[in-house]
Amino acid sequence: MKMVEAIIKPFKLDEVKEALTKAGVEGMTVSEVKGFGRQKGHTELYRGAEYSVDFLPKVKIQVLIADEKARQVVEAITTAARTGKIGDGKIFVTPVEEVIRIRTGEKGPDAI
Amino acid sequence: MGKAKRLWLFLSLSMVIAWMLMMRPVLAEEAAPQAAEPQGAAPQAAAPQAPAPKLPAYFTTTSPDPNKPMWPDPTGGNSGTWATPAGDAKGDIPDQLKLGDLYDRIAHNLYSINYVWVLVAGFLVMFMQAGFMMVETGLCRAKNSSHTSAMNLLIYPLGGLGFWVYGFAIGWGNWWNGPVPPGWYPSLGPGLSLLNSGFGLGAAVDAAGKATGAFTYGLFGTTGWFLNGAVNDVAVMVLFFFMMVFMDTTATIPTGAMAERWSWKNFCLYGFWVALPYCLYANWVWGGGWLAQGGVNWGLGHGAVDFAGSGVVHAMGGIIALAGAMVLGPRIGKYDEYGRPRAMPGHNVAMVVTGTFILAFGWFGFNPGSTLAGTDLRISFIVVNTMLASFTGAVFAMFTLWAKGLKPDTTMMCNGMLAGLVAITAPCAFVDPWAAAVIGAVAGVLVVLSVFFWEARGIDDPVGAISVHGVNGLWGVLSVGIFANGAYGAGWNGVVREGMVKLYGSDGVRGLLYGDFSQFVMQAIDGVVVVVFGFVMAYVWFKLSNLITPIRVSKEVELEGLDGPEMGVLGYPDFQLHPSGQKLVE
Repeated sequence: MKMVEAIIKPFKLDEVKEALTKAGVEGMTVSEVKGFGRQKGHTELYRGAEYSVDFLPKVKIQVLIADEKARQVVEAITTAARTGKIGDGKIFVTPVEEVIRIRTGEKGPDAI
Repeated sequence: MGKAKRLWLFLSLSMVIAWMLMMRPVLAEEAAPQAAEPQGAAPQAAAPQAPAPKLPAYFTTTSPDPNKPMWPDPTGGNSGTWATPAGDAKGDIPDQLKLGDLYDRIAHNLYSINYVWVLVAGFLVMFMQAGFMMVETGLCRAKNSSHTSAMNLLIYPLGGLGFWVYGFAIGWGNWWNGPVPPGWYPSLGPGLSLLNSGFGLGAAVDAAGKATGAFTYGLFGTTGWFLNGAVNDVAVMVLFFFMMVFMDTTATIPTGAMAERWSWKNFCLYGFWVALPYCLYANWVWGGGWLAQGGVNWGLGHGAVDFAGSGVVHAMGGIIALAGAMVLGPRIGKYDEYGRPRAMPGHNVAMVVTGTFILAFGWFGFNPGSTLAGTDLRISFIVVNTMLASFTGAVFAMFTLWAKGLKPDTTMMCNGMLAGLVAITAPCAFVDPWAAAVIGAVAGVLVVLSVFFWEARGIDDPVGAISVHGVNGLWGVLSVGIFANGAYGAGWNGVVREGMVKLYGSDGVRGLLYGDFSQFVMQAIDGVVVVVFGFVMAYVWFKLSNLITPIRVSKEVELEGLDGPEMGVLGYPDFQLHPSGQKLVE
């Protein structure tokens, strides 16, 4: 089992969700997050004075999938979330040791 | 209740109409001898029968019957109504009505129109409190939103109580004895004659050597503390209400410039104090005091002319705000280690725009309401002038930002619109529409330059109140002395100069572009007085009150946001990463 975490631009959420649903993903967790990368935020103007926005708003998607689907899911996210400009985000794929469905107590791939 | 009232109204109306139809021949008969008299005689001469007509005591406090004084008049039954058959100014008994009663109805109706106009205008001005709250709160950070809006809430009752206790008496207690044009009568009725005692230099005496209550240099009034029984009059209540909501505009201006760091308790003291400087200066300009008398005493134009209060309301508020911001010092983090100003973005720009619209709407009560008369048809000019100045104010603020290579910052354009409104407040009745547009345009440029000016000098004003109200209030006062065209305000402040009447037909308020340089000089004096007086009073007060209870919150409170520690209520509890309110639960 794999956990795919993607940090994307907020306005790309809908497209990514569609793409993931098409790829057969049945559930996901989404959170609003803030952060920066190599660009280190950017500056804005307010009443004539500049100020820097260090942490930009992003959306983090978490998807839990079976090992064999990982590649397909990563591809779907990459395609859907890409604009080609700085700040498109990152995808992390990590192995998952155990999954438990709380309602039934099922474990492993059955619980996905 | 409502039904009965409507029925009553309907009945009285139909009775009046029926009476008019019935009495038509009688009226014509009564009016006949008068028709033979030359037309163009003074309207007072219209009373038909000898002996000489006994007009109501419009101009004195004496009643025809010394045992039954007509004022104070707590029901309005005597205002413009003498010898009413029904006695309550509501219904008429047709058989008993005479021509005199008709005049009576006319006078009463004039007062009624004026009362309703001034009261409704006052309601609009009161609603401006909501506008101020939204502008100021929107320009503050989320962590101070509860505190900033609470200041705007509480200044309304606190300031109002101060005005009730002592402010009104100081400002308008000697209103009756101020300089007025010849033949003037009060648009709100003779009840205002109760406001007739004060203090000043050089007491005036009448032919019999008795003090008239007027002074060469009026300083403050002394009637109407707590609105006591001596002023229990319908006209006084209208004036009180209208002037009260004006003062609250002044009172709420500094809460913006001093936001995000002003301690609540010190603010409360201020709320009760602010009526003092406001009402003293208001007395000098509006209450018949020495600045209004500048025309009579020194021959400078019509004395200080400030129609709806660019100086009295806005410059005063802006100057108090300046003193307050200086005493408080800038917010933590406003300036970097080299002293360069940093942006501290407000948390809700749409709220600022909403507030700006509410203020612009309220200004349609503020300016035309200041005629104190719905029968003064100049109100249409005033409304148009007010609107034009708000247009050019906003647009020229945008041009100025562009000229400086900046984007059209939404909050600065809001400031621009308000600056135009502030500037047109004093000249609104006296200028042509084109001049109103020019005045607003200058205000729009001024406000942007002024915001950067103060910011670069270490004066931290989160909302731009000093620039909008202080700087442009002064510009408004001066602009009267430049653009006033002489069409309106004949005999203003008791000044009628023969030379002007000969030259122009009447002596209206006239700026330097229209031939009266002395008016400009007087406006400049007025401007200097409000800056010096307002600043000294406010600076001393903030320093003194700081000894009673500290004016500034602690560094910890300021960094955390004033909402939790000062108010106990967070403006946005759901969005706090570290809910500071939790501390209060312990």
